[in-house]
Amino acid sequence: MTVEQIARILDAGIICGEERSQHDIDIAFASDLMSDVLTLKEDNVLLITGLANMQTLRTAEMSDIHCIIFARNKKISEEMKELARENDIIVLECRYSVFRTCGILYEAGISPVF
Amino acid sequence: MHFEYQIEGGNFTRAGFASSEIKKKLKQLNVDLGIVKRTVVATYEAEVNVVAHAYSGTIYVDFDEEKVVIKLVDEGPGIPDIEKAMTEGFSTASSTVREMGFGAGMGLPNMKKNADDLQVSSEVGKGTTVQITMFFQKPDNDK
Repeated sequence: MTVEQIARILDAGIICGEERSQHDIDIAFASDLMSDVLTLKEDNVLLITGLANMQTLRTAEMSDIHCIIFARNKKISEEMKELARENDIIVLECRYSVFRTCGILYEAGISPVF
Repeated sequence: MHFEYQIEGGNFTRAGFASSEIKKKLKQLNVDLGIVKRTVVATYEAEVNVVAHAYSGTIYVDFDEEKVVIKLVDEGPGIPDIEKAMTEGFSTASSTVREMGFGAGMGLPNMKKNADDLQVSSEVGKGTTVQITMFFQKPDNDK
């Protein structure tokens, strides 16, 4: 499923990386605990989180995560946007809860990491 | 090749900067991407620990053809019981650290899982030294 399709079904905005909206996503992981995200061995995981700070972006960078959805209507700062652009990380902002976001994506065929 | 980076205790805005620089250097050297990921995840966990627990620290990075050795030396409270600190779930992190998405007692165990070799030494009241060694040629299948 492409980022563009994901944004459409979640009624989400692509804040960074719109030029890469055809990027394909197959698997996703939801967490506000970055320590858990750092244990993932898989690459190209979509991260769904409500934790909006610089460390979310840094964790994605270290874990080779190329797309993050900030749920619960969290807004990211200019500094975070800059870091996302530097590292080619696509960022979406979504007003739905993490639970609702995950439910919609699961129903649409995105697989869990485990 | 030798590089050094300074870490400021408590500065979460900058945490990860050094690990990011190390990642760029490993990629420039065409190191296998699986090894790059394990190296930077272990280093980032260690860097966040210095920011979370110490007053200041320095990362010393030494590359040769076979390996990279990353040594993080901090000035801080130290770890009274390293074995206990290596136990998954054990944490002394503050609420501020937890709000940043860390402090679940997973850092040191995850460093051990990702590093080819991990050495931790500490003196209470002085500081902690963490040394991560990664071999470039080692097969990735046992990690």
